[in-house]
Amino acid sequence: MADVERDEISGTDTTGHEWDGIKELNTPLPRWWILTFYATIVWALGYVILYPALPLIDSATGGLLGYSSRAELAAELTQAKAAQAQYLDRIASASPAEIRADQDLLQFAIAGGRSAFSINCAPCHGAGAQGAAGYPNLNDDDWLWGGSLDEIYATLKNGIRAPHNDDTRDSIMPAFGTDEVLEKAQIADVTNFVLALSGKDHDSAAAQRGAEVFADNCAACHGEKGTGNKEFGAPSLADAIWLYGQDAAAIGAQISSPKHGVMPAWAGRLDDTVIKQLTVYVHSLGGGQ
Amino acid sequence: MIPAAKMIALAIAALFALVLAAKATDSLFAVHAWIAFLFCLGAIAITLKVMPMGKAAKAGEQGKYLDSVIKAGTIATVFWGVTGLLVGVVIALQLSYPALNLDLPWTTFGRLRPLHTSAVIFAFGGNALIATSFYVVQRTTGARLALGNTAWFVFWGYQLFIVLAATGYVLGVTQSKEYAEPEWYVDLWLTVVWVAYLAVFLGTLYKRKEPHIYVANWFYLSFIVTVAMLHVVNNLSLPVSVFGAKSYILWSGVQDALTQWWYGHNAVGFFLTAGFLGMMYYFVPKRVGRPVYSYRLSIVHFWTLIFLYIWAGPHHLHYTALPDWAQTLGMVFSIMLWMPSWGGMINGLMTLSGAWDKMRTDPIIRMMVLAIAFYGMSTFEGPMMSIKSVNSLSHYTDWTIGHVHSGALGWVGMISFGAVYFLVPKLWGRKELYSLRLVNWHFWLATLGIVFYASAMWVSGIMQGLMWREYSELGFLVYSFAESVERMHPFYVIRAAGGLLYLTGALVMAYNVWRTILGHERSERPVGMPAAART
Repeated sequence: MADVERDEISGTDTTGHEWDGIKELNTPLPRWWILTFYATIVWALGYVILYPALPLIDSATGGLLGYSSRAELAAELTQAKAAQAQYLDRIASASPAEIRADQDLLQFAIAGGRSAFSINCAPCHGAGAQGAAGYPNLNDDDWLWGGSLDEIYATLKNGIRAPHNDDTRDSIMPAFGTDEVLEKAQIADVTNFVLALSGKDHDSAAAQRGAEVFADNCAACHGEKGTGNKEFGAPSLADAIWLYGQDAAAIGAQISSPKHGVMPAWAGRLDDTVIKQLTVYVHSLGGGQ
Repeated sequence: MIPAAKMIALAIAALFALVLAAKATDSLFAVHAWIAFLFCLGAIAITLKVMPMGKAAKAGEQGKYLDSVIKAGTIATVFWGVTGLLVGVVIALQLSYPALNLDLPWTTFGRLRPLHTSAVIFAFGGNALIATSFYVVQRTTGARLALGNTAWFVFWGYQLFIVLAATGYVLGVTQSKEYAEPEWYVDLWLTVVWVAYLAVFLGTLYKRKEPHIYVANWFYLSFIVTVAMLHVVNNLSLPVSVFGAKSYILWSGVQDALTQWWYGHNAVGFFLTAGFLGMMYYFVPKRVGRPVYSYRLSIVHFWTLIFLYIWAGPHHLHYTALPDWAQTLGMVFSIMLWMPSWGGMINGLMTLSGAWDKMRTDPIIRMMVLAIAFYGMSTFEGPMMSIKSVNSLSHYTDWTIGHVHSGALGWVGMISFGAVYFLVPKLWGRKELYSLRLVNWHFWLATLGIVFYASAMWVSGIMQGLMWREYSELGFLVYSFAESVERMHPFYVIRAAGGLLYLTGALVMAYNVWRTILGHERSERPVGMPAAART
């Protein structure tokens, strides 16, 4: 420490070391700094005594407060369940119609249904249940598989074309084009007939030819007037609501090589009381038909 | 190494790469083997080119210090900095406008995100640390870098690591460990390079002509040693085939999670904190021209920092399957880390005492001071976020992203830019930078960018946290996840704008550095001088 010198500006001694022109002052540790550091250590020791902290051979110290994050979670869940129990117990033994008839339960079920909907259903059907291309709007009166409480309940429980569920809503429309059931010209004709059904611009000569094709191939499921059949989930072709597009190209493509919607079976994924709440909620949006 | 032996070694390496390419069991591994092969060819070509003038080149490099590798490292720092920030802006825009994922596997957020993090942390930050550590260790020991041209092997070896890692991410090679995504063979290569780096650094310290080891070197050494340990332990894995890219990590379940965050947190602690503190301890007193504030503080905060940091990792796993006792320890060590971290801030800022007026006239010092201020802020925010009750709100939200970026953009970025601005005129023998006013532009662009970024992420992060935990009176979740995502959009746009400002600042730096290297000097009014005083 031969070269210790006094720094004029701070009035502090240097340590006497120098590297590439850099010197160091021998300033003591700032008092507030070291005291705060000690305070954090004291706090840490206190926390270690109060909470689980030190590993032992096959367990760890439990802490004086006996805290456990698992126990805390279990307590919070129990508390949450208890708060809802008065409603859930009644919902468990009630039918959707009974829930709807009870103002108290209805209010609870709509709130719970909305929450469950936004978590489980909104990704496909939209946050406002407005649907998207290929995913039905649930606010309107057009229901593929029926819009009564019991029909919605059954659809939710078993899903639509859901794998591994024997009771699922299921129907397959033949691929009239790719499986060569119909000629291309016939598909063009029946496309025009379908356009005519819902009052859109069409080639009337082609539509007339298409009427026969429709009667032979389509009417069995979609009905003679194309109004659909909820038993097969066959959509009405006579209204303004279209799942996969409403222009000639989209309709032609659907006849030629149809797309089929899939919805999971929610039984087993969600508690039955939640499915009932969803039923009542979805029914409140646009059901009743 | 004598040229002939070097050529033989390179030829064997090239042959080895060819064998790997030929026997590869998957195309991705083959691509990487070919890249390694091309790298060897490039090295052979460069060796051939400099060999005839080997003697002349040697004479040129016989100066007191080996600085050519530091020049290369400085240019690499600027290059990777701009690249990494650019990818950052791209992925920020992808989060705001998902169509920018382009529906191609190579350009999806999932692959570009590790490209961004690795480019800024390891390519930009790593090159900045390697280059400055080589500069600082030579100046503060009075000794030339040890082991001949091994420093050049470290430089090029590290660039190969970066290229292998980056191409791997884009092509889909990953072991899915955050900040440690490269597969086993890239990890092995980095280990070789890192051991060479340690050898050069230790060898230079051993040769030192000064009796004491300067504090900056303690920090650099702790960074090199600890990163080696973290890297090896976290990446222990078993490859499916020695000719294939895929491997399986030895750890599993919660042990893997804890090992990963022991690694991840200490990558922050020793790569992004200790390493850059080493940088600060040299470049701040050099630029300011004042002695370091407190030698005693530097000792105490160094040892407390490195002792406490290594235990803090479990705070990344609060409220998970990690046992309560480990969560407690992670939290209390994080709290105790607050003052040791601030020791560096005090020593950095107080070194300016007696020279605060230089802030007005020297934008490089301004940059360094801002860096230290952000360091102080982040190292307060970190311990605060490690408290379990705070963490229950902040975890998994954008708040964490904001915290990381106030540290990365504010501290790591700004201190590195300051070091680059200091180094470039020195290394290329210029009187000053091409333009100090452009440094001032860089300073303000970057500062504004950080403010945009951090404040957007604080707001969106806290909003996310509150939305996720919001329950109605009847006990139902009020918001779905998708609704919280929808609310983030405006903040993601602001974040991208902040990133763009920061990137623009880095481009200004690249231009300034380039003109300085060319030897140009802009005639301009000195910074901080009023217009009236110009005549």
